[in-house]
Amino acid sequence: MAIELIKIYAVWFREVKRFANSKSRIVGSLAMPLFFLIALGGGIGALVPDFNYPTFILPGIIGMTILFNSIFSGVSIIWDRELGYLKELLVAPTSRATIVIGKALGGATTSVLQGAVILALGIIFGLASPSLIGVLLAIFIMVIFATLIVSIGIIFASIITEIETFQLVVNLIMMPLFFLSNALFPVEKMPEWLKTLSMFNPVSYGVDALRTLINGAGSNPFVLDILILLAILIVALGLAGALFNRTSI
Amino acid sequence: MEKMSAIEVISLTKKFGAFTAVDSISFSVEEGELFGFLGPNGAGKSTTAYILTTLLKPTSGTAKINGIDILQSPEKVRKSIGIVFQDQTLDNRLSAYDNLNIHGMLYNMPAAARKKRIKEVLELVELSEWENKLVKTFSGGMRRRLEIARGLLHTPKILFLDEPTLGLDAHTRRHMWTYIKKLKEQGITIVLSTHYLEEADALCDRIAIIDHGKIIALDTPQNLKKLVGGQVLSIKSQDNEKMLGLVNSKNLGANARILNGSVSFEVKNGSEAIPGIVNAAEKAGIKIESIELHVPSLEDVFIKLTGEQIREETAGQSDFKRGLAHGH
Ligand SMILES: Nc1ncnc2c1ncn2[C@@H]1O[C@H](COP(=O)(O)OP(=O)(O)O)[C@@H](O)[C@H]1O
Ligand SMILES: [Mg+2]
Repeated sequence: MAIELIKIYAVWFREVKRFANSKSRIVGSLAMPLFFLIALGGGIGALVPDFNYPTFILPGIIGMTILFNSIFSGVSIIWDRELGYLKELLVAPTSRATIVIGKALGGATTSVLQGAVILALGIIFGLASPSLIGVLLAIFIMVIFATLIVSIGIIFASIITEIETFQLVVNLIMMPLFFLSNALFPVEKMPEWLKTLSMFNPVSYGVDALRTLINGAGSNPFVLDILILLAILIVALGLAGALFNRTSI
Repeated sequence: MEKMSAIEVISLTKKFGAFTAVDSISFSVEEGELFGFLGPNGAGKSTTAYILTTLLKPTSGTAKINGIDILQSPEKVRKSIGIVFQDQTLDNRLSAYDNLNIHGMLYNMPAAARKKRIKEVLELVELSEWENKLVKTFSGGMRRRLEIARGLLHTPKILFLDEPTLGLDAHTRRHMWTYIKKLKEQGITIVLSTHYLEEADALCDRIAIIDHGKIIALDTPQNLKKLVGGQVLSIKSQDNEKMLGLVNSKNLGANARILNGSVSFEVKNGSEAIPGIVNAAEKAGIKIESIELHVPSLEDVFIKLTGEQIREETAGQSDFKRGLAHGH
């Protein structure tokens, strides 16, 4: 077990170090959510004067930040295959499960760092004032949510292996997960079809839990959100492990 | 007591759909040996390396690495081997040190041993000053050296080198040979695959010549060259077809064929044979432009065995794409 821990750490370390070495990725990953927060929050906020829209979407934008970075981390296995690094991982005396877990935790770490920065900025801008416990719980939710999204990315990367489809895959997973969720719109005001779709979207439960913790404005009981997230996490991680197990160079 | 072979390959076959990439090959490699796999592109060298390092499953047959079966205990096999793949497998966005450090952790090396060994291997390949630079700033030759360092980091008993000098300039290639010779002196068993004839000749104890997935000859470089009798003559004339006919009809030499615009054939003793050949050509009305005499090289051996020259390739494409370019 201790042997596998150092190997999980190795895969985790690679993800985090790669991220730290890429200044443009760090800047880019924060610029987009801030842009969304300011433009959408300000623009749509002006349309609904009696509703504090920027505050409402803050958890949604945190969810978006984590969603984008985590999907990217998971699907980057396609790049590892193209650029050869996957061979280095697969030829090592390491179980496939170790690689999946390391990858998931590595992607989650960089995602949660970004999510936490957006949360901090939101607090500084006065969009929210959660308690310390609320912040700590929010970080915990972010970790679960990010790990499950990376797992979904790994699932796709294990099925679709051509580099040509990389961008397509990223967009095809990311866009529906983001827009067909409660990140930008309150569930109460959604048309029936969107409400139904968002109910089957893991992003909705991550964002809802964050909303409860950050604004005290979630729709579902907090415990229900956590249980659903954990259930999806277990299934997604298991499936990612099983599919990655069958992958070849 | 019988000495155990480092590698024992038993009727290994790999099919991709209907295409047979590796065709029932068997051979064994002794401990400490530098064993060469020589063959043109698409011959099946990389596929064999992937199977022996457990990255691909064979269609049939098996192999034992250090006495361990590759199908029964792939993870155990992986512990005792190192490999430098044909195509680059470094992480360009990490430093040389991080690439090595992560490798060491994946092979479960304790922190202190890892640190010490990283220093050693970086020194061996003369990259110590570059340890904290990102790999993306490295030249092709430096990356190759770093990959060799990484393959050695966990002190494997057997090292696979798949075309270690592919795409390197002649100078860097020779430099690389000295590293490989150094490794051999340390007693590591090395399996080297290459399509460079001089490389196989300069480095290997024994060479398996592989073509279309089959081993067509296996021996020491010296013995392989003995397959070509005596010396090789290449005669350039204005009418190669006629010259070829003349060599065959007058029995001037063996295995005559037209190659690169001249007629090549084997003779027992070149200097003694030349006057007679010039005479015969003159009588037949063939005007000879030049005559070249050389001792057999592995190239002559390859031509004799396959009837073709080994094809030189450019670097940079992946194995598979390169295979496609040859119509498979
Ligand atoms: N994954 C694959 N699918 C189909 N054909 C393949 C695959 N990998 C290799 N081949 C084919 O098998 C043959 C041997 O390839 P390879 O082992 O890479 O040769 P070498 O390393 O000697 O150049 C080539 O014709 C190549 O096209
Ligand atoms: Mg090859």
